Amino acid sequence: MSEYLYYPGCSMDSSGRSYRDSLEAVTAPLGITLREIDDWNCCGATEYLGLSRLPAYALIARNLALAEQARNGTNTLVAPCSACFLNLSKTNHAMAEDAAFGAQVNDALAAGDLHYDPDSLRIRHLLDVVVREVGLETVRSRVTRPLRGLKLAPYLGCMVPRPDYDGRWSDPEHPSELDRLLAALGAEVVDYPLKTECCGGHMTQIGPSTAFSMIRRLVDAAERAGADMMVTICPMCQMNIDAFQGEMNAHFHTSHRMPIVFFTQVMGLAFGMAPEAVGFGRELVDARPALARISDEPVPEAEPARVRRPGRPKGPALPMPQMPEAGEVTR
Amino acid sequence: MVLAESTNHAIADPGRVFLEEVIARTGPSCRLDMCIQCGTCGGSCPSADDMDHTPRTLFAMIRAGMREQVLRSNTPWMCVSCYLCTVRCPQDVRITDVMYTLKNMAVASHAYPDSTAPDFSRAFIRNVETFGRSFEVGLTAQHYLRHYLTRLPSMAPMGISMLRSGRMGLTPPRRIRGMRGLKRILARAKALEAAS
Amino acid sequence: MNAERQEGASAAPDAPEDLRIGVYVCHCGSNIAGTVDVGAVRAWAETNLRDRGVVVARDYRFMCSSLGQELIEEDIRERGVNRVVVAACSPHLHERTFRTACENAGLNPYLCELVSIREQDSWVHSDRAAATDKARAIVAGGVERVRHHEELRPLRVPIHPATLVVGGGIGGISAALELANAGYPVYLVEREPSLGGHMAQFDKTFPTLDCSACILTPRMVEAGSHPNITLLTYSEVENVSGYVGNFTVTIRRRARQVDEETCTGCGVCWEKCPVNVIDTHFEAGLGYRKAIYVPFAQAVPKYPVIDREHCTYYLKGTCKACEKFCPPQAIRFDQEDEILTVEVGNIVLATGFKLFDARRIPQYGYGRLPNVFTSLEFERLSNAAGPTGGRVVLRDGVTEPKSVGIVHCVGSRDRAYNNYCSAICCMQSLKFAHLVREHTGATVYEFYIDMRTPAKGYDEFYQRLLEEGTVFIRGKVAAISPGAGTPEEDGKLVIHVEDTLAGRQRRIPVDMVILSAGIEPQDDAKEVAKQFGISCSFEGWMIERHPKLDPVATMTEGVLLAGTVQGPKDIPATVAQGAAASARILGRIQQGEIALEPVRATVDASMCSGCRICNDLCPFNAIVFHEDRMVTEVNPALCQGCGTCIAACPAGAISGTGFSNEQILAQIEGLLMERVARPVEREAVPA
Repeated sequence: MSEYLYYPGCSMDSSGRSYRDSLEAVTAPLGITLREIDDWNCCGATEYLGLSRLPAYALIARNLALAEQARNGTNTLVAPCSACFLNLSKTNHAMAEDAAFGAQVNDALAAGDLHYDPDSLRIRHLLDVVVREVGLETVRSRVTRPLRGLKLAPYLGCMVPRPDYDGRWSDPEHPSELDRLLAALGAEVVDYPLKTECCGGHMTQIGPSTAFSMIRRLVDAAERAGADMMVTICPMCQMNIDAFQGEMNAHFHTSHRMPIVFFTQVMGLAFGMAPEAVGFGRELVDARPALARISDEPVPEAEPARVRRPGRPKGPALPMPQMPEAGEVTR
Repeated sequence: MVLAESTNHAIADPGRVFLEEVIARTGPSCRLDMCIQCGTCGGSCPSADDMDHTPRTLFAMIRAGMREQVLRSNTPWMCVSCYLCTVRCPQDVRITDVMYTLKNMAVASHAYPDSTAPDFSRAFIRNVETFGRSFEVGLTAQHYLRHYLTRLPSMAPMGISMLRSGRMGLTPPRRIRGMRGLKRILARAKALEAAS
Repeated sequence: MNAERQEGASAAPDAPEDLRIGVYVCHCGSNIAGTVDVGAVRAWAETNLRDRGVVVARDYRFMCSSLGQELIEEDIRERGVNRVVVAACSPHLHERTFRTACENAGLNPYLCELVSIREQDSWVHSDRAAATDKARAIVAGGVERVRHHEELRPLRVPIHPATLVVGGGIGGISAALELANAGYPVYLVEREPSLGGHMAQFDKTFPTLDCSACILTPRMVEAGSHPNITLLTYSEVENVSGYVGNFTVTIRRRARQVDEETCTGCGVCWEKCPVNVIDTHFEAGLGYRKAIYVPFAQAVPKYPVIDREHCTYYLKGTCKACEKFCPPQAIRFDQEDEILTVEVGNIVLATGFKLFDARRIPQYGYGRLPNVFTSLEFERLSNAAGPTGGRVVLRDGVTEPKSVGIVHCVGSRDRAYNNYCSAICCMQSLKFAHLVREHTGATVYEFYIDMRTPAKGYDEFYQRLLEEGTVFIRGKVAAISPGAGTPEEDGKLVIHVEDTLAGRQRRIPVDMVILSAGIEPQDDAKEVAKQFGISCSFEGWMIERHPKLDPVATMTEGVLLAGTVQGPKDIPATVAQGAAASARILGRIQQGEIALEPVRATVDASMCSGCRICNDLCPFNAIVFHEDRMVTEVNPALCQGCGTCIAACPAGAISGTGFSNEQILAQIEGLLMERVARPVEREAVPA
């Protein structure tokens, strides 16, 4: 059992209920314990930073200080919410990078008898922990009901792979981590090129037409890719695409119905849990009908790819550039 | 020619003064002074269509010393913090962070004419400063009543579904225990910021 | 070794009472005098350093002027000055000037010490008092050091008249032909099966639109058949030893599996070969070649090579079609690599560049979106001898594009990839725009950050493209995506860009995108630099001796540069540099011998513990280890006096002529002496 400090964030108790329920259900099979930071406060999302800098960072740093106090053997702080993850890691980075600014933040924290030493915590998103610490082998070994036949569009949104202060993600625009996790669950992962494009963030509140075009683009692309549902790692993305899909449809006179769920939900499903036990049914665009596509028929083992001798194909087409193998460094 | 320290004379150009101010408020590593006006940010921005100026134009306006026009611009308020510009910028300018700074400055100088976005941020923060947690229902209700009265009818079914599925509570969150400490921290931070 | 005429230190150091040191402080106009109180430094040296042997101290506006030099010469002749300290600029600039002045007055030039109070003082400080103090310290260090100087004589070595040219592109060919035409032997080594380099792949050259092959082929043929040029293609340099005038170079001639004596280059073998291989090299991945092949029709030499990685015979032991059909029976499956050793006096490195790998920018879609092409792919596409016979078509091989977007600065001027400007892409992109219109009549968009056309005829070419109706959009392309959603975008590529001159984000649908990829050093640039004992920049560009006044030589005598191995440049600049390198070498050869700095490291065998720590550190491969005696020795003819081994030796067994421990420690003491404002008691200097 690996233990992690845990910062849930506000939405886990409200719009992200299904994220919380499913996360609580999968921690045991994954072999992780999440120790919630006592008396944490809201991270301010993207709102406080827009009003004033130092108070915004101080608000976030209070959580870092509380987590540092609670370390007791582990120094990894996990956040399931993208905005929370980004804010925590942004604050740690800003304090470490600019010592004078770090001192100012600590000056403010001192008013509440708190202190945070920059870089004393490692701040990671839940997906990063599942893929890199728990590992896909462990995930695969827990799968009792592979999601065969279910076509999933991996959607990370922007704030986890970008700006990636600690250099953890395979690419800031086309990261492969979520794809690999979903594939490990036995699902069919569709190529979803918009996987890190923005869901509109707070624009659903302050500039709805901007947000609606973004939501439409994402939902439309998922449909074109043939996805049964989108799978996300961010409560804000889930909320915007799920809850505002109706209003978006009304705005554009369209009739998209693309469900979106959390990656922990499909993990729970593949681990053999009942859909409702991992929060299915709470979404406004119901994802449950699509679950009927999961086939219990074992897929015949694909024949190992034959080593192909490069040959000259018939016809006039020009060869495509040869792409590097996964992980190959091209420079 | 090698520059000695002595050549760094006071810079009187008003554009440079404004630029230096934005940099100082964003943090020394934001590199806004290194912008080469290539437009990667404007080409990448998912909400550029709704901005009155592209981010790049705004940076040129900062250099031109167009303080009032810059702080009146809706550009920073349209920013969705997706960081696409930041990771693509060939000069490593921290564009998203600069947008936050411009919002801070616009709020402080009451320059931005449309209050929808600043009000939303203020309402959000009011909740946080009251409870230590955010309160989605309270925030949304408050915000929509003030700015989107006409949007309410089309929103009602969504609200009801959210309530029914247990994803929205009508009661405010429980106040965190350390609320008094948090208030002291924020008060101190505001005082420090005002002083700097 | 050929350094018999080397002479080391000769005269014993003068007894301290015989030391007569002259100190000369330069104003360098206001460069030094603007920050350092030059007069005060002079006066201080005259008084406070008198007990250290200073008999005269002067300051002058420009010590390097002939009047300044005369001051030194007069003092040597008339006042018996026998040690000289000049406090001025960096030794890089004027050490030779002042040494020559000493020599003119009859003083051994190595009894002169130039200390820098400009680069290391006036240019980097603003506090006048502190800078003046520092100048005093620097002068005191120079005085203490020069007390230990010895008379040295330069080493004189003969120059071998042959030259090694590495790289058979246009830079290497130009250098080789200049030398060969002057009557001297050249070994021209090329890694690929043919001469030609990147230029052979191009269709046209900017701005004149000369056919690249038409102007290159005659040069290749000339180089290939020149009686003074030994052409070694499909070969690589394995090892370099020696020094200017006397390099010994080992070259691996990879087996072509073809007997060059017998082969007529008739082409039957590659016609009959059943194996098709995607030609990722010459055809930039856009075409095919056989397993036995010449890279292109005009290849020099005309003999093919067998690609053992793909040849059926080497994979399965059967086939041998080429052997069966070869009219003169020239196929040699059992031919092995050959190792050749040659002696040369000078080396020209002309190893060229490689194209930036556009797959590194995922948002540009290269490799994912079929109709995104690189610049080199487009060169082949538009080339009449290329895989489509010069038809500019989409990846399907059939459809002509109706609209084409050309993206500048791909991988250049971007901190995520390369900071520098690749210098050729603007002009190359303009050339592409012209060729696209000429071949297809398509609408062409150029996406640029800054249009850089700074050479003869270049801006005129830009004007021409404007007249041709090219659409110029100022903005770095943010992303390229498959079009979707609207009729005008369906099936196309969409270029996302900010039109920065209009201040608006635009989506521009096109059929084809050409990425004007930047140029980068070759992958093995760092190893090559090490092999030839020169340095390269962080990116891998070889570093020239002086960026302005000597862009041809390197810090290693006898190793010269030509073309993009030194940094991004176009064809005319490459050709000029190749010729310049040759001119330098011809001058050397005609002098017959060369004087080398006598600054050398020597090992005291009695103190060497045989630990071998220094053995691998020497950048010039000048250190030999004698297994029998378990001691290390420095070959004085190879040693360049860099001091790396001296600093590394834990036993302090190595010392440098002109940089002995005694001299260095004395200089340090001199520097510190100023801080305590009185001469320190000299402790016994550790040997």
